[in-house]
This record gives sequence, structure tokens and C-alpha cells, in this order.
Amino acid sequence: MNPPSDAALPNMAPPVDLESKPFWDATAEQKLLLKRCDDCGSTIWYPRMVCPECHSTNTSWFEASGRGTVYTYTVSHRGRGPWGRVGPYVIAYVQLEEGPRMMTNIVDCDPETVECGMAVEVVFHDTGEDSAIPRFRPT
Amino acid sequence: MTIRDKAFVAGIYEHPRREIPDRTVPQIHAEVALGAVADAGLTLNDVDAYLCAGDAPGFGPLSMADYLGLDCRYIDSTEIGGSSYVAHVGHAAAAIAAGKCEVALITLAGKPRTPERGGGGGRGGGGGGAPEASYEGLWGIPGAVGGYALCATRHMYEFGTTSEQLAQIKVAASQHAQHNPDALFPYTVTVEEVLESPMICSPLHRLDCCVVTDGGGALVVVSPEVARDLGRTQAKVLGHGEAPKHAMNGKLDLTHTGAVWSGPKAFEEAGVSNGDIDYASIYDSFTITVLETIEDLGFCEKGKGGSFVMDGALVAPDGVLPFNTDGGGLCNNHPANRGGITKVIEAVRQLRGQANAPVQVPDCHIALVHGTGGSLGTRSGAATLILGREDA
Repeated sequence: MNPPSDAALPNMAPPVDLESKPFWDATAEQKLLLKRCDDCGSTIWYPRMVCPECHSTNTSWFEASGRGTVYTYTVSHRGRGPWGRVGPYVIAYVQLEEGPRMMTNIVDCDPETVECGMAVEVVFHDTGEDSAIPRFRPT
Repeated sequence: MTIRDKAFVAGIYEHPRREIPDRTVPQIHAEVALGAVADAGLTLNDVDAYLCAGDAPGFGPLSMADYLGLDCRYIDSTEIGGSSYVAHVGHAAAAIAAGKCEVALITLAGKPRTPERGGGGGRGGGGGGAPEASYEGLWGIPGAVGGYALCATRHMYEFGTTSEQLAQIKVAASQHAQHNPDALFPYTVTVEEVLESPMICSPLHRLDCCVVTDGGGALVVVSPEVARDLGRTQAKVLGHGEAPKHAMNGKLDLTHTGAVWSGPKAFEEAGVSNGDIDYASIYDSFTITVLETIEDLGFCEKGKGGSFVMDGALVAPDGVLPFNTDGGGLCNNHPANRGGITKVIEAVRQLRGQANAPVQVPDCHIALVHGTGGSLGTRSGAATLILGREDA
């Protein structure tokens, strides 16, 4: 995994519940975890107890490669709260190598250069509360 | 028709525990859902209707159908406290009797004895213990516009749709709004004015967005016997379809809406086709909402919405598909940030011949109404209604 990068965006701690805790605990170690269904083999996103494909509850965590491509994006010019102070920023869905499309931010580049299909990799921005925000940057 | 003999309670499951500190509310919903379908000898893949009440977290049935991976064609979230689930059985039976669904799942879950910090249910779309909240609330989405902008970018990428084409939708709505003295924005705008308005979330400008308004609306639906005695032109319900569209286990396709499922059901029940529609109320939270919906309802081929809306296709009374003749959410009214009821109201006005005179569709016989709720960028509700004059 990549080292942490400087973050200009707000690094608010995520709402963590019993079900999402393993995901967020792993981010503190620079790991992006996904779930897989042990019965039908589907990759599960977002992570949950029951496989949304076959409804098995036999699911397990695994580490994603952290690589993907931009499925779609928007440059937001009107952030709210702390987002209103960071200038235009990119919200995107990244299609991970493992298949799922994950909502995130694209960072470490000029927002106007982001395109659908662009190759990206994960970076982690520390929240200061035992978790890190998984964002993506161009490779 | 009554519900007598039309429906059976085939599966039941009561969670065996009384303190569940190690589960979230969505997980408890999942456990009881799996228990009840197993008791019935079915699986969740057999379920085609889902009913829940205010204890379902996040966006209620949208969040929970997503979490559970349900393919639904009927949803109900009647919230009347502890009596909700009894009413749900009656509503499910009525839906089954009407052929709307075959297998309805009703769930209840909560944990007031061992509440989680930040959890515990409550509506709100992404907050309040929603299972998706851990993964969607961190990216600075500035309200609904962000999710719809993600759809617009992808639609442009796949189909070459342009900002000028989206702007045509606002222009058409504004041409209708100028005749509505109650409209918040009763002025015509040009394509250039839309494109020159401030960018909010690319590629959507301020004028690609609907208005924000206080207000409301109401409807009364009656039996044929009551309608007959009221002595006025009535709008008859011909058909209906509905579907949640969820994030599809990470495989979401942002170039279409749930109208691809709700539309065909409504057309089939009504026994009409696209060519029969004289007027359409199309939910218009943003210009892209209209474009994708027109394609999904079959008024043009997928990806061709941009060229379809050019040349005044949406402008009443002479366009190919006159739409939102009150000015729509884009220019007139979007009360409580929920525009579905005003869509029905304008369609009824058209069928009664009571629309504003310059935009009244001549001999308006059959009208379509389509509502979109939630966010097209994540999970959304779709509902299509087809109405007709009494002789339709």
C-alpha cells in the first residue's frame, strides 16, 4: 500500500458501527478491505453481513489491491461546512480492480484533469481517530 | 374486489434474543428477514415486495432493499408506530390481490436496550444508523446535486450528451413557467443563460437545478362509485409501477434510473404505449433526471435523450412530448424538496383541461407521471403512474 499523502480535504472521522469497524480499523494500517461471499464468490460492496447476491451469511474480509479507474466524477464548487473552505474538489466513483464502484475523492491532481477511465490508486488520509480516509490519486 | 382469500401469511420469525449488543439494526433486520423467508420455505431471491416502517434506518426501504439485495416491484413504508406492521399485512394483501407482487417481506428491528452510538434508526438518507453511512458520508457531497452530477458526467462520457442538451430541458420548463403566475421562477431562460450560471457540481450549473420552495400538495383518490356522483371530469388511474434502484452491490450503473422497471409495469397495466401519451409529468429535480427518465421510459433509445430534447420536443402544446406544463420543479415548485405530488397535480389539470391556456395540450387524453426520489447517484425510488380521462 501507498504511504499517507498530505490532505487538503477535511478528514472527518467516519461514522463507525459494529459492522463497519473492521473496515475502518484496517484503514489505520493503510489497508483497503472488501468482503467476499464464501458461497457464491461475489465481491461485496459496501461490506455487510449478508451477501446481496445469494444472501449467504458466510462472508469474509480480504485486502483489495487499491488500484482502479474513475467510473464517474464531479468537481464540486459548493462545499458545505469545512468543504466550503477547500476550493473545488473531486467526488468520484472509482471502479476497483476487484469490480465494485466505490464513492471517494480524487486527490493530488488538478480537478480539471480528472477523466472517466483514468487509472488511480488509493491513498490514506489520517483522521486522528484510529482511522484513515481512503481517497485515490492518479497513477 | 376484496383481499379475502387473496393472501396468506406464509413465513414468520421472531428474533430469539432480547439483548443484541453485537449487531447493528440493519443486521437484525437481515437476521429476521432470513428467518422468515426460511420459515416460509423461500429465499430472499423470491421476495418481490418489501415493507418496513420508521425503525428501518437511513432511507427506509431504499437503504434496506439495498442492504438485503432485494429486487422489488412493490414497496411500502407506512409509518404509524407500532401498528405499522399490522397495516403492512393489509397493504401487502391488497397489493398481492391486485397482482402487484407475489412475495412480500415485512421486517422490524431495533435495539433500544443496547443502543449504538450514532445508530438506532431514523430516516434521513444516509444518516441515522444507515448501513451505507460509513461509506458515503465522507466525500463532501453538497446535497442532492452531487449525486446527480455523477450521473450526468457518466451519461456524457458514454453517450456524448452535452451541457447544451441538458440546458434545453430547463429552457422548455421555463417557457411553461412564464404562464404560471404562481411559479417561483416565472421567466424564460436561454441555453446560454443556463450555461453561464455558476457551476455547482460539474457538469451541473445552478440553472440545471430545481427551485427550493416551501409549500405542499394533496390528492384525493376515490372509488368509481364516488367519482360518478361528483359530476366533473375525472382522471382515472390506468396503471402504476414502482421500484427501488439501489447501489447493486457496487455494480451501480448511473446512466439509468429505476424507470426502466417501473415504466414497463405501468404501461402494461394501463394497456397503452409511449405513442399514446399526450402529456408527461417527469420528475425534474435536475435536468439530468429528466433526460435519463425519458430514455428509461422508452420515449427514445437509451443514450439518445440529448438529441430527443432538442428542437422543442418537450414544449407544450406542440412538442412531441409536452412535459411539466406548470414549469415543473425546475422553475415552478418543489415543495419540501419532494416534487412527486405536484407531478400528479399537473397531470390531472391537463386531463381536466385546466392547465394554463397557452400550455394546455389539446384533447389531452392520457397522461404519464413519473417520480424519482432519493439520489440517482446512490439509491433511489422510481414510481410511474398512467392516468386517463374517463373514456380512456
